[in-house]
Parts: sequence; structure tokens; C-alpha cells
Amino acid sequence: MTAEASKHASRPDIVRALRAAAFTGLVAFGLLLPLIAFRAIHDIRNELVLETRWPLFAAFVASAFVGQLIWQLLPRDRLKKMLAEFSRSPRKLAAAASTCALAAIILWIVGTAGFGAEAEIAFGLSYLFAFATIAFLIGAAAAWVTTRYPTSSAPGRERRHQIGIGLRMAGLGFLIAYPLMMLWLAGSQGSIKWIDNFGIQILIYVMLGWGLNIVVGLAGLLDLGYVAFYAVGAYSFALLAKNGLPFIAFASEYPYLAVDFYQLGPWAFWVLLPIAGILAAFWGILLGFPVLRLRGDYLAIVTLAFGEIIRLVLINWVDLTNGYAGISGVPRPSFFGIPFIEGEGGFAARYGLKFEAIHRTIFLYYVILVLALITALVTIRLRRLPIGRAWEALRENEIACRALGINTTTTKLTAFAIGAMFGGFAGSFFAARQGFISPESFTFMESAVIVAIVVLGGMGSQIGVAIAAIIMIGGTELMRELDVLKVIFGKGFDPTQYRMLLFGLGMVLIMIWKPRGLISKRQPSVFLKERKAVSSAHVREGHG
Amino acid sequence: MEVFVQQLINGITLGSIYGLIAIGYTMVFGILGMVNFAHGDVFMVSAFIALIAFLILSAWIGAGLIALTLLIVLIIAMVMTSVLNWAIERVAYRPLRGSFRLAPLISAIGMSILLMNFVQVAQGPRNKAIPPLFADVIVLFTVDGYDVTVSYKQIVIWLVTGVLLLAFWYLVSKTALGRAQRACEQDQRMAALVGVNVDRTISITFIIAAALAAVAGTMYLIHYGVVSFADGFTPGVKAFTAAVLGGIGSLPGAVIGGLAIGLIETFWSAYFSSDYKDVAAFSILVVVMIFLPQGLLGRPEVEKV
Amino acid sequence: MSDPLLRVEHLTMRFGGLVAINDLSITAERGHITALIGPNGAGKTTVFNCITGFYKPTEGRIALRHGDAAIWNELDALTGEGRRSRVRRDGALFLLERMPDFEVVRKARVARTFQNIRLFPGMTVLENLLVAQHTPLMRASGWTVLGLFGVPSYGKAERAAIEKARAWLDRIGLIDRADDPAGDLPYGAQRELEIARAMCTDPVLLCLDEPAAGLNPSESAKLARFLRMLRNEHATSILLIEHDMSVVMEISDHVIVLDHGVKIADGPPDAVRNDQKVIAAYLGVEDDEVSKVEAEVGL
Repeated sequence: MTAEASKHASRPDIVRALRAAAFTGLVAFGLLLPLIAFRAIHDIRNELVLETRWPLFAAFVASAFVGQLIWQLLPRDRLKKMLAEFSRSPRKLAAAASTCALAAIILWIVGTAGFGAEAEIAFGLSYLFAFATIAFLIGAAAAWVTTRYPTSSAPGRERRHQIGIGLRMAGLGFLIAYPLMMLWLAGSQGSIKWIDNFGIQILIYVMLGWGLNIVVGLAGLLDLGYVAFYAVGAYSFALLAKNGLPFIAFASEYPYLAVDFYQLGPWAFWVLLPIAGILAAFWGILLGFPVLRLRGDYLAIVTLAFGEIIRLVLINWVDLTNGYAGISGVPRPSFFGIPFIEGEGGFAARYGLKFEAIHRTIFLYYVILVLALITALVTIRLRRLPIGRAWEALRENEIACRALGINTTTTKLTAFAIGAMFGGFAGSFFAARQGFISPESFTFMESAVIVAIVVLGGMGSQIGVAIAAIIMIGGTELMRELDVLKVIFGKGFDPTQYRMLLFGLGMVLIMIWKPRGLISKRQPSVFLKERKAVSSAHVREGHG
Repeated sequence: MEVFVQQLINGITLGSIYGLIAIGYTMVFGILGMVNFAHGDVFMVSAFIALIAFLILSAWIGAGLIALTLLIVLIIAMVMTSVLNWAIERVAYRPLRGSFRLAPLISAIGMSILLMNFVQVAQGPRNKAIPPLFADVIVLFTVDGYDVTVSYKQIVIWLVTGVLLLAFWYLVSKTALGRAQRACEQDQRMAALVGVNVDRTISITFIIAAALAAVAGTMYLIHYGVVSFADGFTPGVKAFTAAVLGGIGSLPGAVIGGLAIGLIETFWSAYFSSDYKDVAAFSILVVVMIFLPQGLLGRPEVEKV
Repeated sequence: MSDPLLRVEHLTMRFGGLVAINDLSITAERGHITALIGPNGAGKTTVFNCITGFYKPTEGRIALRHGDAAIWNELDALTGEGRRSRVRRDGALFLLERMPDFEVVRKARVARTFQNIRLFPGMTVLENLLVAQHTPLMRASGWTVLGLFGVPSYGKAERAAIEKARAWLDRIGLIDRADDPAGDLPYGAQRELEIARAMCTDPVLLCLDEPAAGLNPSESAKLARFLRMLRNEHATSILLIEHDMSVVMEISDHVIVLDHGVKIADGPPDAVRNDQKVIAAYLGVEDDEVSKVEAEVGL
């Protein structure tokens, strides 16, 4: 197209863009007028009064207008092509990575040299650039592998598979080294946050995601009440650990039989972990049995109802659960019988270390890492067993399963029970880690977050689920760390408030971007000549 | 007997609110086959819009013309909530239409989290209480010192709900729009082929759903006099329960289901324990789903081999 | 000599007020290909759904035997006992209408395919054939428990299952596509794969619901050869619903014609082909004309 022609063509484009922008601005005006421009607050006499925030409102509407205008005027097709080219070229990505690295280093130096607010901004930006560097480096490596080993050739596919295994090993190595690395980098005080809030927190969700993945991803049964099993695990652990294991005691006097409690002492965690898992599995079967005839959204809503019923019972059965107040003083896990306490008989004294809280944190990290890995390994194993194939077949076509001699009821129940069992393990770990549990931790929101992780990751893909957990949980946790925003938006700005808001926004955006999740390819459980991933176009999502 | 009548009055009031929200769930499910999880939060936002409109208007008009104020508040809430729901459908659901079945569901859950936290950030986490409206009561009869009463606000809720339900019923059963909706429910591609604008029909469905949710939100505000950012979830789930109970996809079913849930809840609170009233509502959902999966008025699903 | 494998007696299936099958009695002989034909809506697929346990018939008895034919003598005794099956060393008898669908496959060994192909599209061709061997593999894996710990016997069983799948893939010429998703196969190959998958359950009776639908003439001919091979080389009897008369007439040993849920003809292909009632039913004449024709042929 000549310059002359494009000039002619661009005029109506501008008009159209302005019209679209004006429309967006109008919608933003309508949407935000009540909730942004006004704020209902209680005054000193505790009466509701309105406070106005016109500048903020104007800023929002203006940015909606300008944003839409830019979006409309951007040469999107050309940009898309450029972006695609960029993301395929390892050299360009590497160049971007080195630019970001340079920027990060310069800002870091500026930050160390400067004072006050400027230094904080510089540090904050330097962190952001460091993240960008890592992202570009990963992109560059991926692009290199893509161009070097195309999927169209069999040796390329085999090579990719090997690289995948190598990456998994490297990831595992990183996970094992992570707490020690953090300890070395941030010291025994500073690293607690990184190991606990990031490491342990993310791993709990990875484990829950992997557990639910069996039900949703493999068997195709949408369970919106998974948190119920997490709660069953946590409460079973907390109650049994605090009160001891009940058993029937014989007495010489009337009534001859009584319930006594066996105190487990420092071994409580290790004894009760499997018991909590089994109890959760039992509840999985109990709740699963009546609902398995239901399909699709009906199943989803009934599982949601069960989740809510269990939470409401936990709230209202005060004698057993202490209601809203929750259970505190839940025994913490011991180092295989040696408690993490200060002084004689504690872990530190036993091994000649100085007592520090970080010991337990690191230990807990490894416990949840092992639990999560067990979940993953068992799932990998199950997928190669007839039961795992039956789950996936159930997701693909339930009626065909019945015509091949598969008992769909028991097959679904095993998926429910095994998923619930891992939820129970995670729950008892959660209770032991917190030392305190209350119904607040087991709301529908938790179930929604876990389902979101499974679907965002790509149903059935364990790596996808892990990546989704890292992005969604790690990302929202990272919000707490972004002090740079406080500097930009003023002291009163609290980034943690926006965590869940951005979480929700992230869910919507990822779904629009990748409706089948981040990793949508299915790996076959067995192959005759060559391992080929199954494209998501063929994989069904199940009707249950 | 007197307790029974009193609880009947209370239950119908609560049930009509649930019924209004339930219609939104059932309409969207009927036309798109998706559970619009954000609907409960749309309802909550509408209650906030009503609250703010009420505060603005009561400052202007004063407390004297309460009926006029209410009317304007209702209209504002309906219009603004409709814009919101239209935008939600446009941004979060339309790109996912015809895609993977779980994608719109997850998008809706994300939207629900987004709305809830947006209101929390924009309006603060505290409960917002307005002065009681239409607080006067009429004593119907008295038995052994127990007054069976109906309050003006209950009458207002009944009247508004009844009038709007009639208008709504007319809209979906007697107009071209209603026909287009039913056509889209049956087969979107075929409807498009015979000249129905499917996109617009779906948009209008969301707008109607939002308008009815806004009525419910305003009534909720009048009824309880207090609203918080977290108030979307429980009424939302109960309204969905109502929609399923009545037979999802069936509009009269949604209203009947809403009334049933409202009555169950109030009677359970009155005769048993108010602690377990939600457990009762959810248990009934589970029992209905297991023994009557198509709901009270839904069409039974025949398994085709 | 008559050697029935399957006996359907006085089968009636009602859906609400609709009578899909009315007092139908048919038999399928051992080692035969029995075709079930009739116009659309005649109730053929409903008969299949009753035989394979997907529907519970309103009335009637569906019995199948394994092994020695002498066990038929115990049919009435078994029916009276109210049990599902009687298994002896030299034979077994099953009352299919009393069994849930998965047991019809598992115990009575009746396999089926579907009119609208029901593969597992997101699983590979090989995986499809392994799912069909669920029951023996499940046993070999010690109902998952032992398999989880990697007992060698499961590995052996799985290898044997893969070998069996490989043999079937060789036979239907899909060995090169074993690792591709089943949903990626062309239509004709999907039909054949569905039959191979059913055969992997080691059935004594294979029920095929319109296997030639949507196939071109050369594919149909290939299918006919394949079905005949199944009958001749495996101890599998076949019950076939088919509209493609060239296939039916070529391979069937026995043809049963249904119309409006009742049997209107029953016999060898040549006899059925010339039957007046069958012609009337197939020409799709109005009901009153049918009764006129029926009156003419003396029904």
C-alpha cells in the first residue's frame, strides 16, 4: 500500500477508534460512577455519609478512553506478527534478556547509591527488570529448542522429550536446594518469609492442584467442593492430635467399656498423617456415592453444596470444633520424634545447633515437598495402570466405557477417594504447619482457587498445574513485596489489598488467552513406537 | 399457627428476593449452558449501587418522598447493573463462547472474585448500614399476645417483585425478544440462520438478568438495611440452588424454587435452629439433585445411547 | 442344526406410552452372522441396548450361553431362581436383562459398537485398545494396589495386552497410526478401530450397530471381508444392524427383519429378500397400505 493510500484509509480508522474509545469511556463512566466516584463511609456518629473521589474517577474514565483509543489505533496485525517473530527468535529474546539484565544492574547500583524514595523506586524497578531478564531467558531457551528440534521430525520429538526430562530434573534440583539457597541469601531471619510464604504456601497448592487434577483433569468430574476434604484432613489431624487417638478401654467396673484416648506425643504428625488421609478418602466415597449419577454442572453444584455443608457444620458444631474461633495449639510436627523446641531434648540441642525458628520451617518445606512429590509420582503411576486409563476413558466417553466392561461407579469413586485422600494429607499438613485452624480457611474461595489452578494449568497436565500454582499463588504473594508501588501510589497504598482482585482478573485473562490452560497437550500413557503428545483439539473435558 | 403465618410472610419475602436472582441464573444457563458464577456478585454490586443512589437522593430529595426516592433508586440500580452485566458478558464470556466447557465457568469464578474484591477495595470492607425504611408494621391479628405482623417493607417488596415479574413474564413470553431467546436456547446456529441476532439476544439476556438482580439487590437493602462486599456469595449460591430446585432453564421454576428456599430457610430457623438454616437449604439441594435431577419443573434428561 | 447362542424371548420395551419393541423373540446362532434389519425407527438399536444392558427391558428374557449347549435345559430353573447367571465347568448361562451393562461385557462377554462412533478421541489408538482390556489388566494389577508398587506380573500382563492390541492393529492396517489420537483417524478407520476395540474384550457375541454407515463401497467391501474373517477365525458370533443391503446379503447367515418393534420376517438372506412384507416395510408405504399388503400375504 502506498503512503497516499494509507493516509486515506487511516482517516475513517481514527473516527472509528475515537467512536470506540468514546463508547468505552461512556461504559467506564457508567460502571465506575457509583462505586469509584462515591464511597459510602461511616462518620463519627456511625452514620453513612458519602465521600466523593472525582479526580480518581476522572483518571479511571480517562484511562479507559485513552486505553481503548491506543488499542484501536495500534497496527495490531503488524504488532502480532512482530511479536510472533520476536518470540520465535532466540537471538532477539537473548538480546532483550541482556538489556533487561543491564537495566537491573544499573538500577541496583543507583539504588545502593541513592537515598529515600528514589532508592526504593530504583530497587523496585531493578527487581522487575531482574524478573523480566529471567522471563526472556526462559523464552530464549524455549525458542532455541523449538527451532532446533521441530516437532515435525521424530528425532526432534525424542530430543524434546529428553530436554523435558532434563528440565524436570533441574526443577526438582532447584526445589531441593531452594530453602538452603534462601537461607544462604537472606539469612535465618529473612529467609523464613521466602521459605514459608512462597515455598510452603505454593507447594501446598501444587499438592492440592495435583490431587484435584485426578478428579477434574483425569476423570473429568468437576468437583467444586474439594476444600471439604482439605478441611476433613485438617480437622481430623487437629482433633486427634490434641485429644489423642480414641480407643475402647475395658474397665473392671460398670459400664465395663469406656472410650479412652491414647496420646501420641511427638510422633502425632507421622501417625495421624495417613489416618487423616484415609478419613478424607472415606468422606470422598461417602459424598461421592450419591452424586456420581449426576452430570456436568449438576455435579459441580452438588459438590459445592457438600463443601459448604461441611464448612457450616464446622462452624456450628461448637462442642467439637470450637466454631468460628477455631482450634489453636495444634501439635506441630517433630523431626521424627524430636520436637523443634528450645533447650534440652529439642532438635537444635540434639544436633548441636543454635535454636532457630527457621529449622522447623525448612523441615516443613521438605515435608510438603515430599508429600507433593508422592502425589505426583502416584498419579504418574496410576495413569499407566488400568484404573488411570479408565479415568481418562471416562472423561472421553462414558458410554463407551460401559460397553467395555468398566464399572463407571467404582471408577468414579476411586478417583474421588484418591483425590480426597491427597486433599486430606495436604489438610493435615496445613493444620500442623499453622498450629491453628478455623473454618475461615476452608471457604468456597479455596475450592475455586484450586479448581482455577487445575484448569489454568491445563487439565490433566501436572507440570501445567505446578506452573499455574506458582503463577497464581506466588504472584499474589509477590504483591506483598512490591513496596515500589507504595512509593509510586503514595504511602497509603497497600498492594496486598489488590491481591485477590488481580487474582480474579488473572483468571479471566488467562482463560481468554488460553481457554485450554497453559499446557494443553496430553501425554499418552503408553506408546508402541514413538511418544507423541495429543493435541487438545481431540481431548475431551468430560461431562461429569 | 400464628408462628406459622408469621414465618410464611417472612419466608415469601425472602423467597421473592431469591427468586429474582434465580431467574438470572436460569436464563443464562438456558441460553449459554453455563453457570454464571458472577451473578451473585452482580447482585451484591447492585445492592451497593442502590445504597449509593439512596444516599445521594436522600440528601437531595429528603426523607419525605420515600416512595419517589425508592423508585428512582430502583431505576438507577437496574440501569447501572445492566451496563455492568452487559460489559461482563462482552469481556469475559463472549470470547469463550463455543470453546472448552470449563473455560467460561472459570472465567465466571474469576469475575466473581474480581467483583467482590473490587467492591472491597473501592468501598471498604465494613458493613454499610442505612437507616431503616418502611419500618412500620401492620398487625394482622394477635393470638395469645403474639402479634402476627406484616411490615410495610414486606408489602413494598411483594409489590415491586410482583409487578416486575409480570413485566418480565410478558417480555419473555409475548414478545419477539422472548421468541429469539427461546430460539437461541434450542439451537444458536439455526437461530442465526433464520435471522436471529444471537449476540444481541444473549446480551439482552444478561441485561434482563442484571435488571432483575438489581431489583433483588435493592429489595435486599431495604429488607436487611445492611450490605457488605461479601454478601454476593451466599444469596448467590442459594439462588442458584433455587434455580436448580425449580428446574434449571425453567423461569416459573426459578420463582417457585426461590420461594421454596426462602420458606425452608425461615421455617427451619423458626422451628429448629437458625445455625443450621443454610445447611438445611444445601441439604435439600443435594436431596433434590439426587432424587429429582431435573428439578420441580424442568424437563427430564433422557440418556441417549 | 440349531445351536442358539443368544435367545431373546418375548422382549417388550416401553418408553412412557411409546412401545419401541413389542413381544419380540429372536435367536442368534453360534458361529453365525445374524443381521437385524428394518426401516428407521423399527427398534433395532433398542434391541441392542436391551441385550447389552444399557436399557432394562419392560418385559421378556434375554439369555446367552457359553460352552456346551446342554446348559439351555437349565434356563427355566435359573429364571425361577431369580439369579443372574449359572456358571458350570462345561458351560454357563446368563440372563442379560438382569445384569448391569458392564457385567454383560465382563461376564457374559457380549461386546458392542455404536451407531455414532464412540471412541476415546483424545487417547491414542493403542490406548483405546488397552482400555478395552480393562478387566484382565485390572486383575493383573491386583486392583491397582499391587500395580502401584510395580509388581512384575503387571508388567507382563501389560506387555501381553500391548501385543494383543498390536495384532489387532496389524489386522485392520492401523499399526502405523498406533500412537496417534483416535480422533485424528479418518472415518472408516475409526469404524474399524471401534470393532477392533470391541474384539479386544474377547467377546463370544459381537453386536455391531451399523458398522458400514458412512463408508464408501470399497470400504464396505473391506468391512464385509473383515467381519467374515472375524466369524471364521475367532469363536465370535456376530449380531449386526445394517442398512447397507449389499453387506447384509453378502455376509449374513440369517436375517431378521423388524418393523415398528415387531418381527416381520426371519430366515436366510435369500428368503427374506423376496418376502412381501419386508418389501412393503422397506418401500415405506403408508400404514394402511402396509396392512393391505399384509392382508394380501395373509398376516
